[in-house]
Amino acid sequence: MPRYLLLKHYRGAPEQHRPVPPMDRWAPEDVEAHMTFLRHVADMLRETGEYVDAQALTTAQTWVRYGGPDAAPVTTDGPHPETSDLVAGWYMVDVDSYERALELAAYVSSEPGPGGTPLYEWIDVREVMSGTPADD
Amino acid sequence: MDHVDGVPAAPAAPLDEGTLRALVPRVLAGLVRRGEDFDAAEDALQDALLEALRVWPEHPPRDPRAWLTTVAVRRLVDARRSEAARRRREEAVETQPSPGPAEETDDTLLLLFCCCHPDLPPASQVALTLRAVAGLTTREVADAFFVPEATMAQRISRAKRSLRGQRLDRPGDLAVVLRVLYLVYTTGHAGRVDLAAEAIRLTRQLTLATDEPEARGLLALMLLHHARRAARRDDEGRVVPLDRQDRSRWDAHEVAEGVHVLQQALAEQTDDRPPGRHQVEAAIAALHDDAASAAETDWPQVLAWYDDLVALSPDPARQDPAAVLARAVAVGHVLGPAAGLRETERVHDVLGDRHRWHATRGYLHELAGDLPAAADAYAEAARRATSADERDHLVLEAARARAGRVRPVR
Repeated sequence: MPRYLLLKHYRGAPEQHRPVPPMDRWAPEDVEAHMTFLRHVADMLRETGEYVDAQALTTAQTWVRYGGPDAAPVTTDGPHPETSDLVAGWYMVDVDSYERALELAAYVSSEPGPGGTPLYEWIDVREVMSGTPADD
Repeated sequence: MDHVDGVPAAPAAPLDEGTLRALVPRVLAGLVRRGEDFDAAEDALQDALLEALRVWPEHPPRDPRAWLTTVAVRRLVDARRSEAARRRREEAVETQPSPGPAEETDDTLLLLFCCCHPDLPPASQVALTLRAVAGLTTREVADAFFVPEATMAQRISRAKRSLRGQRLDRPGDLAVVLRVLYLVYTTGHAGRVDLAAEAIRLTRQLTLATDEPEARGLLALMLLHHARRAARRDDEGRVVPLDRQDRSRWDAHEVAEGVHVLQQALAEQTDDRPPGRHQVEAAIAALHDDAASAAETDWPQVLAWYDDLVALSPDPARQDPAAVLARAVAVGHVLGPAAGLRETERVHDVLGDRHRWHATRGYLHELAGDLPAAADAYAEAARRATSADERDHLVLEAARARAGRVRPVR
């Protein structure tokens, strides 16, 4: 069964289909409904037997590289340009097909936004390479 | 509280997991005392435990401790593949005297000193303590820390390897032991095993083995915090802050025990030996637990204890930021929110990029009635939060303050 990461981004996604303000400017009820929905997604994936993992990342990002012999690692820890890509978190799912991964991603994207209507958030769907070569 | 005194039930009774786990430090300490290598003895005992889980449901042993010791020794002997060694060890088992209660508490202490050896990194100290003293399986420890079982197995065996050649029969560093137990406590409830309850059980055993007031202080602190666990989350699993918790759901029994243990510890203090960190933190927790409602909190007393707590660190903002920020909240309640905010400003350079600094300011702005400033601070705190639960809580606080709604308090 193929595995997919359904990634949410802080930054770097295509232009918002439905522009919304940051969540701390939503009505508190709408914030609660949004969070309840995301918890429900994880519960539902466990229920269907498709859940592998779900994680959220902090906004802190550090780029690091080898500094050379006897040198400390070189880091650049921002601020990074507003256009740069910043992953916010993911669901990892183990599903029957690519189509099912898309269906799940679209469901995540239907999460309620301000006013309780769908957010239409872009979800980044990435297949995890399998450890074994395909049969064909 | 399933293991009030950490002493196993009568051997003839059917064995639950807790009883089995309570035997672990006794058997292991017995092996180490007889000169077995800690590393090998601990592995052998793990094998014996797995064997016990398999065999005992059908064939309960008459004397579980002797059974485990015998099986563990057999494993050790097998490992050596020496007929001569086998005979010598088996004789040793038969002639071993049965231990009294005093020896039992010494066993726990001896093993805690082994597992919390100052040369080990904290993650290894915790893992080793959970396996060798608390008697958890590698899988249970791995679950608790959300790492693969193989990773945890490797962490444990590396830790044991680095203990090889160390003398383990001398008193270790009690401060390290207390820190490790507190770390186990704060790791909390992940996985199948309630680590908070496990930490309380181990700390309780430790207080039987040492008169050190800080050990009692730590036990009191854990009990006084653990008492609130049922109220700390709502039905949806969301964080409920202290001043909004339903205090009728706090465990009055646990509070009473915590206060009692704390009083015992504080009674042993003298002028040249002031209360240590855990006792001070427990005193603060006791004051909160003692208030019938958030509004009835004795803030002047809370502040006095926070003054003591902060004074314990030479550089409190760096060494104990949580105490510095909690003290600012107490200052806000006693001297007014503006004074509290001034306290946070003094540590801005050191703590200004932490989510807790912003969350504290949000709370103080709200205390001052400035909801827009509170909303900004909570939102900034949410952006910097390092736990998803806390982030969700802070976003909600921001949205609530932004909507002009006053913080509900009970």
